[in-house]
Amino acid sequence: MILEGKALKYGDNINTDLIIPGKYLILTSPAELAAHAMEGGGPEFPRKIREHGILVAGRNFGCGSSREHAPLALKHAGTRCILAESFARIFFRNSVNLGLPVLECPGISRQVSTGDLLKVNLAEGYVENSTRGVRLKAKAFPDFLLKILERGGLMAYVEARLGEEE
Amino acid sequence: MPPQTMAEKILARAAGLPYVEPGDFVEAEVDRVMVNDLTGPLTVEALRKLSRPRVAHPERLIIVLDHQTPADSVHSARLHKILREFASEFHVENFYDVGWGVCHQVLPEEGHVAPGMLVVGADSHTCTYGAFGAFATGVGSTDAAAALALGKLWFKVPESMKIEVKGVPRLPLTGKDVILHIIGKVGEDGANYRSVEFTGEAISALSMDSRMTISNMAVEMGAKAGLMEVDEKTLEFLRQVGVGGAKPVKSDPEASYVETLEVDVGGLEPQVAAPPSPANVKPVSELSSVEVDQAFLGSCTNGRLEDLRIAARILKGRKVASRVRFIVIPASRRIYEQALEEGLIQTLVKAGAVVGPPTCGPCLGGHLGVLAEDEVCISTTNRNFTGRMGSPKAEIYLASAATVAASALTGRITDPREVMAE
Ligand code: SF4
Repeated sequence: MILEGKALKYGDNINTDLIIPGKYLILTSPAELAAHAMEGGGPEFPRKIREHGILVAGRNFGCGSSREHAPLALKHAGTRCILAESFARIFFRNSVNLGLPVLECPGISRQVSTGDLLKVNLAEGYVENSTRGVRLKAKAFPDFLLKILERGGLMAYVEARLGEEE
Repeated sequence: MPPQTMAEKILARAAGLPYVEPGDFVEAEVDRVMVNDLTGPLTVEALRKLSRPRVAHPERLIIVLDHQTPADSVHSARLHKILREFASEFHVENFYDVGWGVCHQVLPEEGHVAPGMLVVGADSHTCTYGAFGAFATGVGSTDAAAALALGKLWFKVPESMKIEVKGVPRLPLTGKDVILHIIGKVGEDGANYRSVEFTGEAISALSMDSRMTISNMAVEMGAKAGLMEVDEKTLEFLRQVGVGGAKPVKSDPEASYVETLEVDVGGLEPQVAAPPSPANVKPVSELSSVEVDQAFLGSCTNGRLEDLRIAARILKGRKVASRVRFIVIPASRRIYEQALEEGLIQTLVKAGAVVGPPTCGPCLGGHLGVLAEDEVCISTTNRNFTGRMGSPKAEIYLASAATVAASALTGRITDPREVMAE
């Protein structure tokens, strides 16, 4: 799986209240949630991510609540992939389960600026910054999770498993 | 077999393996799955995507309506309806409708948690049940759906971290001061992905109410779980809620930990987390000039009897400051009942408190005490992120029930020892 796009960069400890404030948790439609993605940090995210595609962040991205509304909103706003120094664990799981690629990439916040052209290789675990001409090593995805991502998320995987059991 | 921590033992048992090692991916049988009114509807939606939606073990599912309850909008009412219909269609008997209380109080109280269990909940504070020696962790809605359909879920075996808490905290110090102090030291992501084990004389000395507060906030330092070993106090709690035959799991003495931290809470001052992070912790004396508009006592962190008792003790025969709104929400109906019997609710109402029905309420900025721009709230809850309780321009300070009650009394952040000694 190879993904390309431009970087849109954020800082450390971006929490789920910022990604999707609590008052929107009564929404379940992905499109409605997407309209409020990252609203805690201002209204411009949905427009910007459509132009860029790849969200880059610092440490502990997605910390806080288990709300799946957070990766759901980001994904449907047009985020193709998230690269961060590190992720909070529930956010990480939720993203994989929804089929949104998230890659831990130590050092990324120093090596990427907003607007840089990036190429991400999930299976081999690296990110190429074509604008700066550098290649960064990411933590490779274990096969098991790659399988879930390739199927488009956990429920598709569950469906296949249930099929096998019959 | 290599020595194991209690977290590793529980995961190995649930995965049907003789042992597991940190970093292993396992598929494990889950003993309990919990969803609430905000996360549950997405679980239902995910399950309905299957060509044949199913719940492998309906008796392991617990549904609690607690966040937007009683319904505060047509939207929330719809979410509640989705879950009621789902529960009847899939024969879910453990259904706690509006008014039972906050999920993390309801589950242990209604006897759904036992030592050694593997519990997942579509709510990040599911780690609360670690106080009972269960491996309990927050997951997402789709995770919960997968766990329901298969009866199993994938886990990455976490590294274990041990936190030994020395010294004996005495009232008005409670578990909240202890955990705030620890989070201040460890940092917002200092225990990310790890399973934390709390031990030491402070833990033994604290009540189950306080222990639940500590495990509850383990996620505020990134932890996947926050476990404690079972002792007489745990067993007594379990007996009272009708959970018999507990099979406590202990860590092997030789088990290995990625980090061991010693913390002394002997002479601790009451602790307060200043905005915008639960890790931004300071002793109360450094914040004594901060004036507050609202004080909130409640939530799965500190809406328990111990909290109501100490608040009532501080406020008995007194009045909260005229410019402060003091909102009190017992974490469950059982707590509410007991507080009524003990006269605590009467004391608090007479002191000027607004007492609400058991619900999450203002904790996540849902309803019943949302903050406006430039307002300051001191709260017994677990998160003070920007915008958490309403306006992104409001400020939230986190503290124990004693500190919150003392601050409600004076109108500024106050060391409860000052007003208790009077
Ligand atoms: S009381 Fe607050 S932290 Fe606890 S479950 Fe409810 S919203 Fe979450």
